[in-house]
Amino acid sequence: MSETLSKLSTAVIEGDLEVMEDLTSQALDEGKEAQEVLNEGLMPGMDHVGVEFKAGNMFVPEVLRSARAMQASMSILRPLLTESGVELAGKVLLGTVKGDLHDIGKNLVAMMCEGAGFEVKDLGKDVEPDVFVEGVRDFGPDVLGMSALLTTTMRAMEHTIKSIEEAGLRDQVKILIGGAPVTQSFADQIGADGYASNAASAADLAKKLISA
Amino acid sequence: MTENLTTTISSASQTVEISRDFPTVMIGERINPTGRKKVLAALQEGDFSIVKQDAILQVEAGAKILDVNAGVPGADEPELLKQVMQMVMDATDVPLCIDTADPEALRAALEIYEGKPLINSVNGEDKSINAILPLVKEFNAAVIGLCMDDTGIPSTPEDRLAVAEKIITHADKLGIPAEDVIIDPLALTMGSDHNAGRIALETIELVAEKFGVNITMGVSNISFGLPDREYINSTYLAMAIYAGLTCPITNPLVTEIQTAVQAADLSMGRDEYGSRWIKAYRERQKKESES
Repeated sequence: MSETLSKLSTAVIEGDLEVMEDLTSQALDEGKEAQEVLNEGLMPGMDHVGVEFKAGNMFVPEVLRSARAMQASMSILRPLLTESGVELAGKVLLGTVKGDLHDIGKNLVAMMCEGAGFEVKDLGKDVEPDVFVEGVRDFGPDVLGMSALLTTTMRAMEHTIKSIEEAGLRDQVKILIGGAPVTQSFADQIGADGYASNAASAADLAKKLISA
Repeated sequence: MTENLTTTISSASQTVEISRDFPTVMIGERINPTGRKKVLAALQEGDFSIVKQDAILQVEAGAKILDVNAGVPGADEPELLKQVMQMVMDATDVPLCIDTADPEALRAALEIYEGKPLINSVNGEDKSINAILPLVKEFNAAVIGLCMDDTGIPSTPEDRLAVAEKIITHADKLGIPAEDVIIDPLALTMGSDHNAGRIALETIELVAEKFGVNITMGVSNISFGLPDREYINSTYLAMAIYAGLTCPITNPLVTEIQTAVQAADLSMGRDEYGSRWIKAYRERQKKESES
Protein backbone atom coordinates (compact mmCIF):
# COMPACT_ATOMS: atom_id res chain seq x y z
CA MET A 1 0.00 0.00 0.00
CA SER A 2 1.16 3.55 -0.68
CA GLU A 3 2.76 5.49 2.11
CA THR A 4 0.30 8.36 1.67
CA LEU A 5 -2.71 6.06 2.07
CA SER A 6 -1.23 4.49 5.15
CA LYS A 7 -0.62 7.96 6.57
CA LEU A 8 -4.29 8.76 5.87
CA SER A 9 -5.39 5.68 7.83
CA THR A 10 -3.24 6.71 10.75
CA ALA A 11 -4.56 10.29 10.61
CA VAL A 12 -8.14 8.98 10.72
CA ILE A 13 -7.32 6.82 13.73
CA GLU A 14 -5.65 9.73 15.50
CA GLY A 15 -8.38 12.17 14.44
CA ASP A 16 -5.73 14.48 13.03
CA LEU A 17 -7.96 16.95 11.19
CA GLU A 18 -5.14 19.28 10.12
CA VAL A 19 -3.38 16.86 7.79
CA MET A 20 -6.42 15.30 6.15
CA GLU A 21 -6.93 17.70 3.24
CA ASP A 22 -3.25 17.76 2.33
CA LEU A 23 -2.88 13.99 2.51
CA THR A 24 -6.03 13.47 0.44
CA SER A 25 -4.86 15.90 -2.26
CA GLN A 26 -1.41 14.33 -2.18
CA ALA A 27 -2.86 10.85 -2.72
CA LEU A 28 -4.92 12.11 -5.66
CA ASP A 29 -1.85 13.90 -7.10
CA GLU A 30 0.02 10.64 -6.90
CA GLY A 31 -2.56 9.24 -9.28
CA LYS A 32 -4.80 7.34 -6.87
CA GLU A 33 -8.51 7.11 -7.71
CA ALA A 34 -10.98 8.60 -5.20
CA GLN A 35 -12.34 5.11 -4.64
CA GLU A 36 -8.87 3.82 -3.77
CA VAL A 37 -8.32 6.66 -1.30
CA LEU A 38 -11.63 5.82 0.35
CA ASN A 39 -11.18 2.04 0.39
CA GLU A 40 -7.50 1.85 1.23
CA GLY A 41 -6.95 5.09 3.15
CA LEU A 42 -10.04 6.11 5.09
CA MET A 43 -11.91 2.85 5.54
CA PRO A 44 -9.08 0.85 7.15
CA GLY A 45 -8.71 3.75 9.59
CA MET A 46 -12.41 3.81 10.49
CA ASP A 47 -12.46 0.00 10.66
CA HIS A 48 -9.71 0.13 13.25
CA VAL A 49 -11.61 2.82 15.20
CA GLY A 50 -14.75 0.66 15.09
CA VAL A 51 -12.96 -2.40 16.40
CA GLU A 52 -11.18 -0.51 19.17
CA PHE A 53 -14.37 1.32 20.19
CA LYS A 54 -16.29 -1.94 20.38
CA ALA A 55 -13.50 -3.44 22.50
CA GLY A 56 -13.63 -0.51 24.92
CA ASN A 57 -10.15 0.73 24.01
CA MET A 58 -11.32 3.93 22.31
CA PHE A 59 -13.92 6.38 23.59
CA VAL A 60 -16.72 8.55 22.24
CA PRO A 61 -14.74 11.81 21.88
CA GLU A 62 -12.01 9.95 19.98
CA VAL A 63 -14.53 8.41 17.61
CA LEU A 64 -16.04 11.85 17.03
CA ARG A 65 -12.59 13.25 16.22
CA SER A 66 -11.86 10.42 13.82
CA ALA A 67 -15.18 10.92 12.11
CA ARG A 68 -14.54 14.64 11.76
CA ALA A 69 -11.15 13.90 10.20
CA MET A 70 -12.73 11.46 7.79
CA GLN A 71 -15.38 14.03 6.84
CA ALA A 72 -12.66 16.50 5.84
CA SER A 73 -11.30 13.99 3.38
CA MET A 74 -14.75 12.89 2.20
CA SER A 75 -15.67 16.47 1.27
CA ILE A 76 -12.89 16.28 -1.34
CA LEU A 77 -13.61 12.71 -2.42
CA ARG A 78 -17.42 12.80 -2.56
CA PRO A 79 -17.75 14.93 -5.73
CA LEU A 80 -15.11 12.77 -7.44
CA LEU A 81 -16.90 9.59 -6.43
CA THR A 82 -20.20 10.91 -7.76
CA GLU A 83 -18.53 12.01 -10.99
CA SER A 84 -17.01 8.63 -11.64
CA GLY A 85 -20.35 6.95 -10.84
CA VAL A 86 -18.81 4.68 -8.22
CA GLU A 87 -21.30 2.52 -6.35
CA LEU A 88 -21.14 3.02 -2.60
CA ALA A 89 -21.84 0.17 -0.20
CA GLY A 90 -25.47 1.26 -0.05
CA LYS A 91 -27.71 3.90 1.49
CA VAL A 92 -28.52 4.24 5.17
CA LEU A 93 -31.25 6.47 6.59
CA LEU A 94 -31.03 7.28 10.31
CA GLY A 95 -32.99 9.05 13.01
CA THR A 96 -33.86 9.17 16.71
CA VAL A 97 -37.58 8.43 17.10
CA LYS A 98 -40.41 10.76 18.06
CA GLY A 99 -40.27 12.17 21.59
CA ASP A 100 -36.60 11.32 22.08
CA LEU A 101 -33.82 13.92 22.02
CA HIS A 102 -30.84 11.61 22.53
CA ASP A 103 -28.60 11.51 19.50
CA ILE A 104 -25.04 10.60 20.48
CA GLY A 105 -25.45 6.92 19.71
CA LYS A 106 -27.29 7.65 16.48
CA ASN A 107 -24.53 10.10 15.42
CA LEU A 108 -21.90 7.45 16.09
CA VAL A 109 -23.83 5.00 13.94
CA ALA A 110 -23.90 7.62 11.15
CA MET A 111 -20.14 7.98 11.33
CA MET A 112 -19.45 4.28 11.47
CA CYS A 113 -21.71 3.71 8.47
CA GLU A 114 -19.95 6.44 6.49
CA GLY A 115 -16.66 4.90 7.49
CA ALA A 116 -17.93 1.59 6.17
CA GLY A 117 -18.63 3.20 2.80
CA PHE A 118 -22.37 3.88 3.02
CA GLU A 119 -24.12 6.97 1.81
CA VAL A 120 -25.80 8.22 4.99
CA LYS A 121 -28.77 10.51 5.48
CA ASP A 122 -29.52 11.60 9.03
CA LEU A 123 -33.04 12.84 9.84
CA GLY A 124 -31.95 14.08 13.27
CA LYS A 125 -33.81 13.54 16.56
CA ASP A 126 -37.48 13.59 17.62
CA VAL A 127 -38.42 12.30 14.15
CA GLU A 128 -42.13 11.69 13.47
CA PRO A 129 -43.10 8.35 11.85
CA ASP A 130 -44.36 10.23 8.78
CA VAL A 131 -40.97 11.86 8.31
CA PHE A 132 -39.33 8.42 8.36
CA VAL A 133 -41.87 7.24 5.78
CA GLU A 134 -41.11 10.19 3.50
CA GLY A 135 -37.39 9.60 3.97
CA VAL A 136 -37.72 5.97 2.92
CA ARG A 137 -39.77 6.98 -0.09
CA ASP A 138 -37.56 9.88 -1.25
CA PHE A 139 -34.06 8.75 -0.31
CA GLY A 140 -34.59 5.07 -1.07
CA PRO A 141 -32.29 3.66 1.61
CA ASP A 142 -31.23 0.02 1.78
CA VAL A 143 -31.24 0.22 5.56
CA LEU A 144 -33.26 2.35 7.99
CA GLY A 145 -31.74 2.74 11.44
CA MET A 146 -33.82 3.99 14.38
CA SER A 147 -32.59 4.91 17.84
CA ALA A 148 -34.36 5.45 21.19
CA LEU A 149 -32.78 5.90 24.59
CA LEU A 150 -35.88 5.92 26.75
CA THR A 151 -38.19 3.10 27.75
CA THR A 152 -41.01 5.57 27.15
CA THR A 153 -40.01 6.35 23.55
CA MET A 154 -38.98 2.94 22.26
CA ARG A 155 -42.60 2.19 21.36
CA ALA A 156 -42.30 4.91 18.71
CA MET A 157 -40.09 2.46 16.77
CA GLU A 158 -43.00 0.09 16.54
CA HIS A 159 -45.33 2.88 15.39
CA THR A 160 -42.81 3.93 12.75
CA ILE A 161 -42.50 0.39 11.40
CA LYS A 162 -46.32 0.22 11.22
CA SER A 163 -46.42 3.51 9.29
CA ILE A 164 -43.82 2.19 6.85
CA GLU A 165 -45.88 -0.98 6.40
CA GLU A 166 -49.05 1.04 5.83
CA ALA A 167 -47.25 3.12 3.20
CA GLY A 168 -46.41 -0.12 1.39
CA LEU A 169 -42.67 0.43 1.72
CA ARG A 170 -41.73 -2.23 4.26
CA ASP A 171 -40.31 -4.72 1.73
CA GLN A 172 -38.02 -2.07 0.21
CA VAL A 173 -35.92 -1.45 3.30
CA LYS A 174 -34.20 -3.39 6.07
CA ILE A 175 -34.86 -1.94 9.51
CA LEU A 176 -32.21 -1.83 12.20
CA ILE A 177 -32.84 -0.54 15.74
CA GLY A 178 -30.70 0.33 18.77
CA GLY A 179 -30.48 2.33 22.00
CA ALA A 180 -29.93 1.63 25.70
CA PRO A 181 -33.30 0.00 26.53
CA VAL A 182 -33.58 -1.88 23.22
CA THR A 183 -33.03 -5.64 23.07
CA GLN A 184 -32.99 -8.34 20.41
CA SER A 185 -36.31 -9.66 21.68
CA PHE A 186 -37.84 -6.19 21.39
CA ALA A 187 -36.56 -6.00 17.81
CA ASP A 188 -38.16 -9.38 17.04
CA GLN A 189 -41.38 -8.36 18.74
CA ILE A 190 -41.87 -5.17 16.72
CA GLY A 191 -40.77 -6.74 13.42
CA ALA A 192 -37.39 -5.05 12.93
CA ASP A 193 -34.77 -6.88 10.86
CA GLY A 194 -31.99 -6.40 13.36
CA TYR A 195 -30.70 -4.98 16.64
CA ALA A 196 -27.22 -3.65 17.33
CA SER A 197 -25.86 -2.91 20.78
CA ASN A 198 -23.24 -0.39 19.64
CA ALA A 199 -22.30 1.81 16.69
CA ALA A 200 -19.62 -0.46 15.26
CA SER A 201 -21.90 -3.50 15.27
CA ALA A 202 -24.62 -1.38 13.67
CA ALA A 203 -22.41 -0.71 10.65
CA ASP A 204 -21.41 -4.39 10.46
CA LEU A 205 -25.03 -5.46 10.66
CA ALA A 206 -26.09 -2.94 8.00
CA LYS A 207 -23.56 -4.55 5.64
CA LYS A 208 -24.80 -8.02 6.49
CA LEU A 209 -28.46 -7.10 6.02
CA ILE A 210 -27.73 -5.74 2.56
CA SER A 211 -25.71 -8.69 1.37
CA ALA A 212 -28.25 -11.16 2.79
CA MET B 1 -27.57 37.23 46.45
CA THR B 2 -31.12 35.96 46.65
CA GLU B 3 -32.14 34.20 49.83
CA ASN B 4 -31.74 30.42 49.75
CA LEU B 5 -35.20 28.86 49.63
CA THR B 6 -36.03 25.65 51.51
CA THR B 7 -38.01 22.86 49.85
CA THR B 8 -39.76 20.49 52.23
CA ILE B 9 -40.57 16.98 51.00
CA SER B 10 -42.20 14.34 53.17
CA SER B 11 -43.38 10.77 53.46
CA ALA B 12 -45.95 9.50 55.98
CA SER B 13 -43.25 9.47 58.67
CA GLN B 14 -40.22 11.49 57.47
CA THR B 15 -39.55 15.07 56.45
CA VAL B 16 -36.58 16.13 54.31
CA GLU B 17 -35.52 19.76 54.00
CA ILE B 18 -33.50 20.83 50.96
CA SER B 19 -31.57 24.09 50.96
CA ARG B 20 -28.10 25.49 50.31
CA ASP B 21 -27.94 26.07 54.09
CA PHE B 22 -28.18 22.32 54.79
CA PRO B 23 -26.22 19.22 53.76
CA THR B 24 -26.71 17.94 50.23
CA VAL B 25 -29.71 15.63 49.78
CA MET B 26 -29.00 12.62 47.57
CA ILE B 27 -31.98 11.40 45.53
CA GLY B 28 -31.37 7.72 44.71
CA GLU B 29 -31.62 7.10 40.95
CA ARG B 30 -31.61 3.32 40.76
CA ILE B 31 -35.33 2.45 40.72
CA ASN B 32 -35.53 3.09 37.00
CA PRO B 33 -35.66 0.54 34.17
CA THR B 34 -34.18 3.01 31.63
CA GLY B 35 -30.78 1.67 30.66
CA ARG B 36 -31.00 -1.11 33.27
CA LYS B 37 -32.05 -4.17 31.34
CA LYS B 38 -32.21 -6.38 34.43
CA VAL B 39 -34.70 -4.07 36.14
CA LEU B 40 -36.68 -3.78 32.93
CA ALA B 41 -36.92 -7.55 32.55
CA ALA B 42 -37.87 -8.00 36.23
CA LEU B 43 -40.62 -5.38 36.08
CA GLN B 44 -41.97 -6.87 32.86
CA GLU B 45 -42.29 -10.18 34.67
CA GLY B 46 -43.93 -8.55 37.68
CA ASP B 47 -40.92 -9.31 39.89
CA PHE B 48 -40.48 -6.45 42.37
CA SER B 49 -37.78 -8.02 44.54
CA ILE B 50 -35.03 -6.07 42.78
CA VAL B 51 -36.98 -2.84 43.46
CA LYS B 52 -37.18 -3.64 47.15
CA GLN B 53 -33.48 -4.41 47.30
CA ASP B 54 -32.57 -1.21 45.41
CA ALA B 55 -34.73 0.83 47.78
CA ILE B 56 -33.18 -0.57 50.95
CA LEU B 57 -29.58 -0.44 49.71
CA GLN B 58 -29.87 3.15 48.50
CA VAL B 59 -31.31 4.37 51.81
CA GLU B 60 -28.56 2.53 53.71
CA ALA B 61 -26.02 4.26 51.44
CA GLY B 62 -27.36 7.71 52.35
CA ALA B 63 -30.18 8.48 49.90
CA LYS B 64 -32.71 10.76 51.63
CA ILE B 65 -35.27 10.59 48.79
CA LEU B 66 -35.83 7.81 46.25
CA ASP B 67 -36.66 8.43 42.62
CA VAL B 68 -39.24 5.94 41.34
CA ASN B 69 -39.60 5.37 37.60
CA ALA B 70 -41.70 2.56 36.13
CA GLY B 71 -41.45 3.40 32.44
CA VAL B 72 -41.74 -0.08 30.98
CA PRO B 73 -42.70 -0.20 27.30
CA GLY B 74 -46.09 -1.74 26.69
CA ALA B 75 -46.98 -1.87 30.39
CA ASP B 76 -49.95 -0.20 32.05
CA GLU B 77 -47.82 2.58 33.52
CA PRO B 78 -50.36 4.02 36.03
CA GLU B 79 -50.86 0.56 37.52
CA LEU B 80 -47.19 -0.45 37.45
CA LEU B 81 -46.02 2.86 38.94
CA LYS B 82 -48.50 2.46 41.81
CA GLN B 83 -47.26 -1.08 42.48
CA VAL B 84 -43.59 -0.11 42.41
CA MET B 85 -44.24 2.90 44.67
CA GLN B 86 -46.19 0.76 47.11
CA MET B 87 -43.31 -1.70 47.24
CA VAL B 88 -40.85 1.13 47.97
CA MET B 89 -43.12 2.71 50.60
CA ASP B 90 -43.47 -0.67 52.34
CA ALA B 91 -39.70 -1.26 52.27
CA THR B 92 -38.48 2.20 53.40
CA ASP B 93 -39.72 5.36 55.15
CA VAL B 94 -38.09 7.99 52.92
CA PRO B 95 -40.05 10.44 50.75
CA LEU B 96 -40.34 9.67 47.03
CA CYS B 97 -39.62 11.47 43.81
CA ILE B 98 -42.30 10.33 41.33
CA ASP B 99 -40.64 10.04 37.93
CA THR B 100 -43.03 9.77 34.98
CA ALA B 101 -43.76 11.51 31.69
CA ASP B 102 -47.38 10.32 31.73
CA PRO B 103 -49.88 12.66 33.47
CA GLU B 104 -52.31 9.80 33.99
CA ALA B 105 -49.68 7.69 35.75
CA LEU B 106 -48.67 10.74 37.78
CA ARG B 107 -52.21 11.29 39.02
CA ALA B 108 -52.59 7.63 39.94
CA ALA B 109 -49.31 7.80 41.87
CA LEU B 110 -50.22 11.04 43.66
CA GLU B 111 -53.53 9.55 44.77
CA ILE B 112 -51.85 6.74 46.71
CA TYR B 113 -48.91 8.76 48.05
CA GLU B 114 -48.89 9.79 51.71
CA GLY B 115 -47.05 13.05 52.40
CA LYS B 116 -45.62 15.68 50.10
CA PRO B 117 -43.79 14.12 47.15
CA LEU B 118 -41.40 15.54 44.61
CA ILE B 119 -42.63 15.24 41.00
CA ASN B 120 -40.11 14.50 38.26
CA SER B 121 -40.80 16.48 36.09
CA VAL B 122 -42.24 19.45 34.23
CA ASN B 123 -40.42 21.26 31.42
CA GLY B 124 -40.81 24.57 29.60
CA GLU B 125 -43.13 23.23 26.90
CA ASP B 126 -46.66 24.64 27.18
CA LYS B 127 -48.09 21.14 26.92
CA SER B 128 -46.01 19.96 29.88
CA ILE B 129 -46.71 23.07 31.97
CA ASN B 130 -50.46 22.76 31.39
CA ALA B 131 -50.55 19.03 32.18
CA ILE B 132 -48.21 18.83 35.18
CA LEU B 133 -48.38 22.08 37.18
CA PRO B 134 -52.12 21.80 38.00
CA LEU B 135 -51.39 18.36 39.51
CA VAL B 136 -48.53 19.82 41.55
CA LYS B 137 -50.96 22.38 42.94
CA GLU B 138 -53.86 19.97 43.49
CA PHE B 139 -51.74 17.52 45.48
CA ASN B 140 -49.56 20.16 47.20
CA ALA B 141 -46.39 18.60 45.84
CA ALA B 142 -43.00 19.99 44.81
CA VAL B 143 -41.79 19.66 41.23
CA ILE B 144 -38.58 19.42 39.23
CA GLY B 145 -38.45 21.84 36.28
CA LEU B 146 -36.20 20.85 33.38
CA CYS B 147 -34.43 23.60 31.43
CA MET B 148 -35.80 22.56 28.04
CA ASP B 149 -38.78 23.59 25.91
CA ASP B 150 -40.38 23.06 22.49
CA THR B 151 -37.12 23.98 20.77
CA GLY B 152 -35.12 21.38 22.70
CA ILE B 153 -32.35 21.99 25.22
CA PRO B 154 -30.94 25.52 24.92
CA SER B 155 -27.20 25.66 24.33
CA THR B 156 -26.43 28.69 26.53
CA PRO B 157 -26.80 29.17 30.30
CA GLU B 158 -28.80 32.38 29.69
CA ASP B 159 -31.37 30.59 27.54
CA ARG B 160 -31.67 27.79 30.09
CA LEU B 161 -32.22 30.42 32.80
CA ALA B 162 -35.07 31.81 30.68
CA VAL B 163 -36.75 28.38 30.63
CA ALA B 164 -36.35 28.10 34.43
CA GLU B 165 -37.95 31.53 34.77
CA LYS B 166 -40.87 30.51 32.56
CA ILE B 167 -41.57 27.45 34.74
CA ILE B 168 -41.22 29.35 38.03
CA THR B 169 -43.51 32.14 36.73
CA HIS B 170 -46.20 29.71 35.57
CA ALA B 171 -46.02 27.87 38.89
CA ASP B 172 -46.43 31.15 40.75
CA LYS B 173 -49.57 31.98 38.74
CA LEU B 174 -51.12 28.74 39.97
CA GLY B 175 -50.14 29.50 43.55
CA ILE B 176 -47.16 27.11 43.67
CA PRO B 177 -44.41 28.90 45.63
CA ALA B 178 -40.90 29.14 44.15
CA GLU B 179 -39.50 26.97 46.94
CA ASP B 180 -41.58 24.09 45.60
CA VAL B 181 -39.92 24.31 42.19
CA ILE B 182 -36.53 22.60 41.92
CA ILE B 183 -34.66 23.40 38.73
CA ASP B 184 -32.65 20.87 36.70
CA PRO B 185 -30.11 22.64 34.45
CA LEU B 186 -29.61 19.40 32.42
CA ALA B 187 -26.11 18.02 32.34
CA LEU B 188 -25.47 16.61 28.87
CA THR B 189 -22.59 14.31 28.17
CA MET B 190 -19.10 15.76 27.91
CA GLY B 191 -18.23 12.79 25.72
CA SER B 192 -19.79 14.51 22.74
CA ASP B 193 -19.38 18.15 23.78
CA HIS B 194 -16.58 19.14 26.09
CA ASN B 195 -18.43 22.36 27.02
CA ALA B 196 -21.53 20.51 28.26
CA GLY B 197 -20.31 20.37 31.86
CA ARG B 198 -19.41 24.02 32.05
CA ILE B 199 -22.75 25.12 30.54
CA ALA B 200 -24.69 23.21 33.23
CA LEU B 201 -22.47 24.62 36.02
CA GLU B 202 -23.02 28.18 34.80
CA THR B 203 -26.77 27.54 34.53
CA ILE B 204 -26.78 26.42 38.17
CA GLU B 205 -25.06 29.63 39.24
CA LEU B 206 -27.43 31.85 37.27
CA VAL B 207 -30.60 30.11 38.49
CA ALA B 208 -29.47 29.99 42.13
CA GLU B 209 -28.40 33.63 42.05
CA LYS B 210 -31.63 34.89 40.47
CA PHE B 211 -34.27 32.76 42.18
CA GLY B 212 -32.65 31.12 45.23
CA VAL B 213 -34.45 27.89 44.30
CA ASN B 214 -33.04 24.43 44.88
CA ILE B 215 -31.19 22.69 42.09
CA THR B 216 -31.21 19.02 41.10
CA MET B 217 -29.34 17.22 38.34
CA GLY B 218 -28.77 13.71 37.05
CA VAL B 219 -25.02 13.53 37.39
CA SER B 220 -24.28 10.13 35.87
CA ASN B 221 -24.99 11.26 32.31
CA ILE B 222 -22.10 13.71 31.98
CA SER B 223 -19.45 11.02 31.68
CA PHE B 224 -21.21 8.84 29.09
CA GLY B 225 -18.77 7.61 26.45
CA LEU B 226 -15.70 8.32 28.58
CA PRO B 227 -13.49 5.98 30.63
CA ASP B 228 -13.21 6.01 34.44
CA ARG B 229 -16.63 7.56 34.80
CA GLU B 230 -16.70 7.49 38.62
CA TYR B 231 -13.85 10.01 38.85
CA ILE B 232 -15.57 12.40 36.46
CA ASN B 233 -18.97 12.04 38.13
CA SER B 234 -17.65 12.56 41.65
CA THR B 235 -15.47 15.55 40.75
CA TYR B 236 -18.26 17.14 38.77
CA LEU B 237 -20.70 16.53 41.61
CA ALA B 238 -18.45 18.39 44.06
CA MET B 239 -18.05 21.31 41.65
CA ALA B 240 -21.80 21.46 41.04
CA ILE B 241 -22.47 21.52 44.80
CA TYR B 242 -20.19 24.55 45.05
CA ALA B 243 -22.12 26.15 42.15
CA GLY B 244 -25.43 25.62 43.98
CA LEU B 245 -26.62 22.05 43.39
CA THR B 246 -28.57 20.88 46.45
CA CYS B 247 -30.27 17.57 45.59
CA PRO B 248 -28.49 15.51 42.92
CA ILE B 249 -30.23 12.47 41.44
CA THR B 250 -27.43 9.96 41.63
CA ASN B 251 -26.28 6.49 42.55
CA PRO B 252 -25.46 6.55 46.27
CA LEU B 253 -24.07 3.01 46.13
CA VAL B 254 -20.90 4.27 44.42
CA THR B 255 -18.28 5.05 47.06
CA GLU B 256 -16.77 7.93 45.03
CA ILE B 257 -20.21 9.58 44.85
CA GLN B 258 -20.79 9.25 48.61
CA THR B 259 -17.37 10.64 49.49
CA ALA B 260 -17.64 13.48 46.97
CA VAL B 261 -20.93 14.63 48.51
CA GLN B 262 -19.61 14.32 52.06
CA ALA B 263 -16.34 16.11 51.29
CA ALA B 264 -18.18 18.84 49.37
CA ASP B 265 -20.55 19.42 52.31
CA LEU B 266 -17.59 19.62 54.68
CA SER B 267 -15.85 22.05 52.32
CA MET B 268 -18.99 24.21 52.13
CA GLY B 269 -19.15 24.54 55.94
CA ARG B 270 -22.20 22.31 56.23
CA ASP B 271 -20.66 19.62 58.44
CA GLU B 272 -19.94 20.96 61.92
CA TYR B 273 -16.79 19.50 63.50
CA GLY B 274 -16.58 17.27 60.42
CA SER B 275 -18.73 14.87 62.35
CA ARG B 276 -20.60 13.39 59.38
CA TRP B 277 -17.37 12.96 57.42
CA ILE B 278 -15.75 11.14 60.35
CA LYS B 279 -18.81 8.99 60.97
CA ALA B 280 -18.87 7.97 57.30
CA TYR B 281 -15.15 7.15 57.48
CA ARG B 282 -15.70 4.86 60.47
CA GLU B 283 -18.53 3.11 58.66
CA ARG B 284 -16.29 2.48 55.66
CA GLN B 285 -13.55 1.16 57.95
CA LYS B 286 -16.00 -1.16 59.65
CA LYS B 287 -17.26 -2.49 56.31
CA GLU B 288 -13.70 -3.09 55.10
CA SER B 289 -12.75 -4.99 58.24
CA GLU B 290 -15.90 -7.10 57.95
CA SER B 291 -15.25 -8.04 54.34
